[in-house]
Amino acid sequence: MTISVEEVYETASMILYQNLDIRTTTLGINLKDCIDSDFGKFREKVYDKIYSNAVKMVAHAKTLEMKYGIPIANKRVSVTPVSLIMESHCEKNKFIEMARTLDKAAADAGIDFIGGFGALVQKGLTRSDRMLVEVLPDVLSRTDRVCSFLNVGSNVAGLNLDAVNLLGGMLKLTAAKSKNAIGCAKFVVFVNAPEDNPFMAGAFHGVGEGDIALNIGISGPGVVKTVVAQNRECDLTQLSEVIKRTVFKITRAGELIGRELAAALDIPFGIVDISLASTTAAGDSVANVIEAFGIEHIGAHGSTLAVALLMDAVKKGGAMASGNVGGLSGTFIPVSEDEGMIDAVQAGALSLDKLEALTSVCSVGLDMFAIPGDTPEETINAIIADELAIGIINNKTTAVRVIPVPGKKAGDLVAFGGLLGTAPVMAVNRFSAKNFLKRGGRLPAPVTSMRN
Amino acid sequence: MKKELLFITVIGEDKKGIVARVSDFLYRHDINIEDINQRIMGDGYFVMTMLVDIKAAIISMEKITEGLEAIGQSLELRIQLQHENIFKMMHRV
Repeated sequence: MTISVEEVYETASMILYQNLDIRTTTLGINLKDCIDSDFGKFREKVYDKIYSNAVKMVAHAKTLEMKYGIPIANKRVSVTPVSLIMESHCEKNKFIEMARTLDKAAADAGIDFIGGFGALVQKGLTRSDRMLVEVLPDVLSRTDRVCSFLNVGSNVAGLNLDAVNLLGGMLKLTAAKSKNAIGCAKFVVFVNAPEDNPFMAGAFHGVGEGDIALNIGISGPGVVKTVVAQNRECDLTQLSEVIKRTVFKITRAGELIGRELAAALDIPFGIVDISLASTTAAGDSVANVIEAFGIEHIGAHGSTLAVALLMDAVKKGGAMASGNVGGLSGTFIPVSEDEGMIDAVQAGALSLDKLEALTSVCSVGLDMFAIPGDTPEETINAIIADELAIGIINNKTTAVRVIPVPGKKAGDLVAFGGLLGTAPVMAVNRFSAKNFLKRGGRLPAPVTSMRN
Repeated sequence: MKKELLFITVIGEDKKGIVARVSDFLYRHDINIEDINQRIMGDGYFVMTMLVDIKAAIISMEKITEGLEAIGQSLELRIQLQHENIFKMMHRV
């Protein structure tokens, strides 16, 4: 079997010029076996298990980067939902201590984010779940690497509105306690959260998972944009085909790295998440892909169709490339981390309402967007509840990562720095759903027939 | 002895001495060249690929990468070293 010059060049160009990388290798670690009635010993076991495994992963990942000449942008860890392992140590200080332990283990092992400081509350909250939500403003503002999630609904449980109603206040407090409200960037609220998602801030090691697993997140909006730009004249069917072929190739690269890394660590290979994920780097933008389709700015009428086409083609190409596709697998459209999204908001092309519409066909949801600091907490809860309802009714994962920035108003710009980018503050609807949301309770699980 | 095959990709502007410089470096470190191809691409770039066997190499992969990068810098070219598996995975079903 010979590989042609053109094929070698195509791969090399993807990496050198189109920002192809392995976005993340995320080690999922079960912490249930660390539980101990002695809290000191408990923390020690948690630290040791995370550190010893993570440090090996970081070293082997570096070797593979060299072998294949492909950057592995982030090395991360996800753990068992922390509220679950803290049930018998349900005290505020102990939760904060545990968060510090996770933060330190990650820092010492060279891990940039550790996910899983969260809870599964789709049906109801335990005392430990409530305590976790209560300490989140302190945890998110006082630690650097700890990421948090809540799963507040599912197709089979419905939507836990009582849990949603805790979040607006929690997020505003987190924003007030952290510089530029950055703590809010480390918290995601989900429905139908996948248990093997490798992407932060929402990664956790699900209770249905084994002791340890290696999950891979690929990337490549720059690669897809290039191939779309080279095919300006083709119709939608052909466009879908060229995207499928490209996503097949980049998913195979992820599969290769994942399998070899798992084998080197002698642990099971979990999943490849084939999501197109933007970064703040120039050209690494999902919005730019949509624009290369022929849309002036993402957010213009026609964008929902474009995102739907992109999303479906990505899934088809990825599913052919790997038998282990999992996680979120689709297309992320975070605002602050994607230069095309930022431009679209600033140009007036993309409003919060259109962003919500786009999320009904993208893989995740309303991600990394800033809203005015004086937004009432009930309105934040309502934004979250709307987005999550889309997921519940459409059998899909949806999520919200919202940043209410104190002192900022619509049109202002907030720089988070680094991977988190810059967010233009988006206007929210000024009318209230307060009296609806205060009813509380649970949206019943939807009927699964009559799906029109 | 089973071969360990890697591709060296050289991308940039064509100039004298590219093959000489790279192959001299490979020869000095007991790296065998299995195949060489070169082409001017549609976008105007000169691209050369070398398939090399590093099984008998007397230096580590890290040092090979460093050596090639140094040659790339002096000739103002991009030089990339990648194990052949990534191309097999990406370009063959």
